[in-house]
Amino acid sequence: MTKDEVENGRDDMLIDGPEQANAVPDGFNANYLRIYYGKLFPHADIFKWMSYGNDGKHPACDKSYIGRREFSFTLENDIYIRFQSFNSASELENSIKEKCPFKIDIGPVYSVDPAKRHAYAQSGDNVFTPVERELVFDIDITDYDDVRYCCTGADVCLVCWPLMTIAIKVIDTALRDDFGFNHILWVYSGRRGVHCWVCDGKARRLTNEQRAAIADYFHLYKGNENSNKKISLPGPVLHPFLARSYTEVLKGFFEAKLLSNQNLLSSEERYEKILEMIPDAVAAELRGRWQENKRSSVLKNDINAVRWEQLKHTLQSGKQKAQGLRRCVEEIVFSFTYPRLDMEVSKHMNHLLKAPFCVHPKTGRVCVPIDPNNCDEFDPTKVPTLSQLLEELNRGGLRQGAENAEWDRTSLGESVTFFRSSFLHPLLKSCKEEIESSYNTKLQQAKNALSW
Amino acid sequence: MQVVGYHRKSSSNDVVVSTLPLYRSAPPLEVRLEDFELFAMDRLRVLKGISDGLSRGKKPEEMEKLVMDLWKASMRHPQATEDVNKDNISHFVLRLVYCRTEELRKWFLSMETALFRYRFHVESSQAQRALMSEFNLPYKAVSNAEFESVEDKLRQVARSMGQTLPIADAIFYKVPFEEVPELVAGHRVFIHKGHAYVAMNQVVSLVVTQFRSHLSKALILTNRKWTFTIREQEKDRLTPIVEALCTSYLGPDYSQPKDFAEISIKDIDQIAKTSFPLCMRHLFEKVREDHHLKHGGRMQLGLFLKGVGLKVDDALAFWKAEFAQKVGAERFDKEYAYNIRHNYGREGKRTDYTPYSCQKVILSTPGVGDHHGCPYRHFSEENLRAALARMGVGSRIVEDVIDKARNRHYQLACTLTFEAGHGSSCDAGVNHPNQYFIESQKILQSKNGSVA
Repeated sequence: MTKDEVENGRDDMLIDGPEQANAVPDGFNANYLRIYYGKLFPHADIFKWMSYGNDGKHPACDKSYIGRREFSFTLENDIYIRFQSFNSASELENSIKEKCPFKIDIGPVYSVDPAKRHAYAQSGDNVFTPVERELVFDIDITDYDDVRYCCTGADVCLVCWPLMTIAIKVIDTALRDDFGFNHILWVYSGRRGVHCWVCDGKARRLTNEQRAAIADYFHLYKGNENSNKKISLPGPVLHPFLARSYTEVLKGFFEAKLLSNQNLLSSEERYEKILEMIPDAVAAELRGRWQENKRSSVLKNDINAVRWEQLKHTLQSGKQKAQGLRRCVEEIVFSFTYPRLDMEVSKHMNHLLKAPFCVHPKTGRVCVPIDPNNCDEFDPTKVPTLSQLLEELNRGGLRQGAENAEWDRTSLGESVTFFRSSFLHPLLKSCKEEIESSYNTKLQQAKNALSW
Repeated sequence: MQVVGYHRKSSSNDVVVSTLPLYRSAPPLEVRLEDFELFAMDRLRVLKGISDGLSRGKKPEEMEKLVMDLWKASMRHPQATEDVNKDNISHFVLRLVYCRTEELRKWFLSMETALFRYRFHVESSQAQRALMSEFNLPYKAVSNAEFESVEDKLRQVARSMGQTLPIADAIFYKVPFEEVPELVAGHRVFIHKGHAYVAMNQVVSLVVTQFRSHLSKALILTNRKWTFTIREQEKDRLTPIVEALCTSYLGPDYSQPKDFAEISIKDIDQIAKTSFPLCMRHLFEKVREDHHLKHGGRMQLGLFLKGVGLKVDDALAFWKAEFAQKVGAERFDKEYAYNIRHNYGREGKRTDYTPYSCQKVILSTPGVGDHHGCPYRHFSEENLRAALARMGVGSRIVEDVIDKARNRHYQLACTLTFEAGHGSSCDAGVNHPNQYFIESQKILQSKNGSVA
């Protein structure tokens, strides 16, 4: 179908009977995307979010704020347009509709309008510099290839996806309880991972050094391709954050799910990988038992669970009771389950990150928000695709008269509603309070200065 | 500044006060031109020693001793009363020397901060508190009631570091976590709802953060003054000294190939075998084998090759020939070519990036799928052994190398490897992969010369 056909044919499709018209072939193309941006993409919500309350009437609003934010588009032919800025919701919306980007990235807020950076560059002083940026995290399932046997690379299935789910749990809890952040948005990246946006004012103003410190706080994974041990946990006990992650999330997940789902101990090749992580004497003992045990026929219980219990028992049994050995069990669990962040994304303010509600070109799936409180229920294979949404749009078109926005008639509605109610509204409320209170402080200071 | 020195001296009869300056403002002293240069050289010797110590991976206790020894050896003035002046003068001279590029500032900032840290650490707790009050840190100690509510967690953190919590007079400060990034990064504090509980013996981190951020800002200002006024005003007097000082000690800049003007792609395999240090050889072999390298590896090898004399067009051809086999020529042009041109200063900021020094390579943190870093540090022992054997290093020397690596003398390990491969000594030691390359080429060419 050419572009013209789609544009002209849209009305016909609505009028046609539901039988043929509803079927929209799978896929991702500029025509589909144009309809998506025209009818479904929540432009106004994204703009509201990026304004952080500065689009209001309050005298303390920073009118230049949103205009200093970098947006960048990747167009169909892989042309990459960086450093765009928008001063109003309609500017943003019109530009997206006109350019129909395959990907929209959000960058930092700069000291000056990024679109005019060249004009400032001539002054010689480096005034063009990032000043604010959400604290962001990017977790990608490809980084887990050494601990999953179901898929590799960009593929993801319901057996390995829970690795993402527990990453969300561990990090979300720490961001709230340890760091005291409240306005956190988790988003499905559209194919193989998740993104996290921490939007509290305090988070947006962190320096690169402070961002790096937080990333390091979350970073345990020290292994590289040329060393054996992926994680080593020093000290006789775990830091409270790690201890909580271990007892509340990782241990249970490893024992109840991962062990049997990924068959971590079922074959020699697989259990050798785990035996490598424990002292040779213990490993040799277990290896002996398991190699024999292979010949003994039917096992009633899951072989992975049985062997795991044996391993723990041997490691923790009387003669081997040294603390270091107990620590081995924890190291194995951490190695297989602990979140693996793409550190560089979090460490620097000027890293770009894909905007929520974009559509992933390879899968056609929308980057929808994930509710961290119900992240167990999130199923990446059920996330609406572009063609599915268009189909729903067609079907819904027959029931005219609904006053709600178009997305409300599709399965995207739930996501937009969630984005607003659980993230955007509370965020804007606290932005307003922050603006109000900083204004009052300033007023007070001015008054004091006068009366002095 | 000068005032502080005298002030402290005058009250030295009863209280032990620190002579550690905070370098808030330049000393209003007359300095003789010889002293200007001499003092700076002495201080540089200390900073260079710290830099070497850090890249050897010395532990904090070892660093502390090293710093104190270096200080005693270089910074003691024949007249004890002049110590503080020498300290101040040398610091401010080096500020001028090291303010001039981002790379220089970064180096100076880390070394001065490290120096301050260890000097602060050996001060008495009285003196430490006095210094803290000079920084005007607004922190109050945690109350008893609050202490009891978090005592378990504080105890857990202390134990996780192999320490015990002093019960009787445990003083803790509750500070925003942003103020102690290094403690956060290292899991060395308990963090709750955005606040870190900092023990008295950790306040050095608080003070160091202040010191660092102050110095960082000051360096930017100094740079501005230098570019706009001082350089011109002093062009006959100080400028030549300042410009000579940093090159005389930082080692040469390897961004531009010098002695061996160019290498061509057809020779590169041969040269890699004879003259690349193990870190680069490993990356080079990996890219030939896998037709791919992750970002860290591309940077480390790419900049090295630039320094070796590979022209930008040859570099593009080299990387493309490999990557095209894996990701296709089109994707290479789209996703990777930009970064290569960027490294050569042809894109983005248009900075000509400098090849990584040993210190930078050693301190990098390769993760899963990564092959960069220093093999002597990041390889497991078996892998290192195998790699050395492949290079043709004899087994007796392999043991020496392994021994050096085990004791964290990574550069010495590399020097031994160099000497084994070239049958001649390398007195300067290996400090930079490009230096390794140049030394190697010198030896090989003189051998060829003598044959012909």
